[in-house]
Amino acid sequence: MADKSDDTLRIGWGGDGVMVNADNYYGATRAGIWFTKMVWDTLIERDAATGEYKGNLATEWSWVDDKTLELKLRQGVTFHNGEAFDADDVDYTLNTVSAADSGVKFAAIVSWIDHVDKVDAFTVRIVAKTPFPQALEFLSGPMPIYPNEYYQAVGPEGMSNAPIGTGPYKVVEMKPGEQYTLIRNEAYTWGSPKPVAGITNVIIREIPDKQTQVAELMAGGIDVTADLSPDLVGKLTEVPGVSATMSETLRIFTIGLDAANRTQNKAVNDVRVRQALNMAIDRKAMVDNLMAGAARVISTPCNPLQFGCDETQAVQYPYDPEKAKALLKDAGYENGFDLALYAEAPATEAEAIMGYLSAIGVNVTLNRLPYDAYRDAQMKGEAPAFLFNWGSYSLADAAASVSFFFKGGDDDFAQDKEVQDWLAMGDSVTDPAARSEAYGKAIHKITEQAYWIPLYSGVRGYGWDSELNFKPYADEIPRFYEYTWK
Amino acid sequence: MANFIFRRLVSAVLTILVVSALTFSLAFLSGNPAIAVAGKDSSAAEIARVREFYGFDRPVAEQYVDWLGNALRGDFGRSYHYQQSVHDMIAQRLPITLGLGAAALALALVLALPLGILASLRQGSWIDRLMLAISVVGQAMPTFWLALLLIVLLGLNLRLLPISGNSSLAHFVMPTVVLAYFAMPALMRLTRAGMIDALQSDYIRTARSKGLSPSAVVLKHALRNVLIPIVSIAAVQLGALLGGSIVVEQIFALQGLGALSYDATLRSDLPVLQAITLLVAAFYVGLTLFADLLNAILDPRIREGW
Repeated sequence: MADKSDDTLRIGWGGDGVMVNADNYYGATRAGIWFTKMVWDTLIERDAATGEYKGNLATEWSWVDDKTLELKLRQGVTFHNGEAFDADDVDYTLNTVSAADSGVKFAAIVSWIDHVDKVDAFTVRIVAKTPFPQALEFLSGPMPIYPNEYYQAVGPEGMSNAPIGTGPYKVVEMKPGEQYTLIRNEAYTWGSPKPVAGITNVIIREIPDKQTQVAELMAGGIDVTADLSPDLVGKLTEVPGVSATMSETLRIFTIGLDAANRTQNKAVNDVRVRQALNMAIDRKAMVDNLMAGAARVISTPCNPLQFGCDETQAVQYPYDPEKAKALLKDAGYENGFDLALYAEAPATEAEAIMGYLSAIGVNVTLNRLPYDAYRDAQMKGEAPAFLFNWGSYSLADAAASVSFFFKGGDDDFAQDKEVQDWLAMGDSVTDPAARSEAYGKAIHKITEQAYWIPLYSGVRGYGWDSELNFKPYADEIPRFYEYTWK
Repeated sequence: MANFIFRRLVSAVLTILVVSALTFSLAFLSGNPAIAVAGKDSSAAEIARVREFYGFDRPVAEQYVDWLGNALRGDFGRSYHYQQSVHDMIAQRLPITLGLGAAALALALVLALPLGILASLRQGSWIDRLMLAISVVGQAMPTFWLALLLIVLLGLNLRLLPISGNSSLAHFVMPTVVLAYFAMPALMRLTRAGMIDALQSDYIRTARSKGLSPSAVVLKHALRNVLIPIVSIAAVQLGALLGGSIVVEQIFALQGLGALSYDATLRSDLPVLQAITLLVAAFYVGLTLFADLLNAILDPRIREGW
């Protein structure tokens, strides 16, 4: 394959949707997260292996009070256009995107910020609206820092068409929605925990069809894809010159149950019924058969890889259909009951779930819908049971899952006051041990009440040219700049 | 004639308006467009914010009239996702789709005319049956399947052609063949049926009895009459190819208008969707009008009927 000889990494992506805008505050796509990691830097970088927060554009930080995070910024960093990095860049970027009328796509990523103050040329204070211990995780995640003068001049459209960052790769050419050409940033030597890019050139092509991606990989048209489904990975492992693997991700698959009685389904309102449903499903068999054994069975309303997601706090429901039937009988549903299960298409796992639930006498009707129709029905309170998966925005913190779904509001189908209070506590105290304890209590109550039927973690399938040194990460962000040729 | 053209133009504009109003309301029929715009994994609060931000909570008719007013002034707005003007996005992608459609139609015609004539001259023979088989398969086979077959054969096994992308002319060969095969059967069957009809008519018998050569009879006299319906169908086919290229562009990663409209549908990118619909509807209507006029020029009887 010609790629190694011209030192060009050819990436095919787009299987989860085209990167619509390289300014991912406005694009909010998964590919956009990957691109951001290559072209820009964040204030803090989370070490994917150890979970430790390391200084990137910031070198040190401390909480002045429980809402104010002071950060010392790194000196001697320049953007790709030569603009020097300083406090003005942080000030402008974060104040701009967190403004109420900024129109950013996922406001939750920045809406915790009240404002940012520049203290001096290399010191800033980020002031949160409420105490926000997840700040470090957010700042190391989807929050790149842009050059203020350039961003002010060109805005999100200009930034997308001609991105300027500090990151390991510089943009050579952007053809939006089509192809992006990058070249190594040779000046990336100022001490970022991210390495200098291993491969000189990168060409990224948007290839929305996963079968086409596989064909391109086999023909040598691309060197790597991170969009594969388990069945495609299985086929690729037999192809010479190509490697493929599945890697566990932060994503979880789960079934939500309407314990808050929005749907008037009396059965799922009964804790015994919800527990019975939890016992009816053989998660291990599903992992082996549907996820090629690469996922893990989970019992928590979050991924145990996340901070604060302590499995030992979760009540376990081993597969036991007989006990499930007994519980149903106890609850007065000896002859079963009707349950409408909503799922987002394709949801290939839905048939297995239906099978398990029918085995204990539940009469399941499956409503498998496109995402927007599924979400519409679910939000309107028409879904007593809803099968879905949740990626936590790649944030390695239990709050990104548990607090999202159980801290009140319209996405909370349990409306458990006690759980809400613990989560409010976990989301606002800065002491990690106190946070863990609060999430632990919430996880225990959520699983004891069986508000969900947690199933298993997600997997992402990767295929790559065997000449490439490749490593997957659980946060579903390929570090393309770490790749080298063998 | 002027009266005819005027009436056709009015009905064309009405057709386009109806189509665009229908698409607009369909986006709301499938639920809440804010859900798709906000994107997967957005919270209920986020969806509510997006709904308000883009004004989806207003009556659909009001939103449509707003959009139409701007569109009539030539302002198609900005994509909800790309942060670019819809006008620029379409201008950038239209050449790919138009080029692909034109190439596919040309290829379809180049194949359909001679093969259709051949089948009509050897009616009932094995050639005729083979042509029938080719048309039936072409009509029945989903385009995505043929596309994948070609990718495996020409892209992977023989390594003759690039698999996806649009950076060279070679990239357009497979998509063109797929689309052409989709368009060809109707044209070929029409040629065959028309030729059989024509060859049995009195004027052909007269031409033959005058001692004209068989090729002159077939090409000059018979084919000229058959061309009229073919031109009409071909024009309409070009419109169908613009729509049909959605799947093909998706598979071959061509990033034309088809791929864009697929993406815009998934994300409820209404400004993009509306502009593309308007454009394709206008194309369709324009091509039909063109076909009628062309028919009139080729066939004096139609002209006199006005």
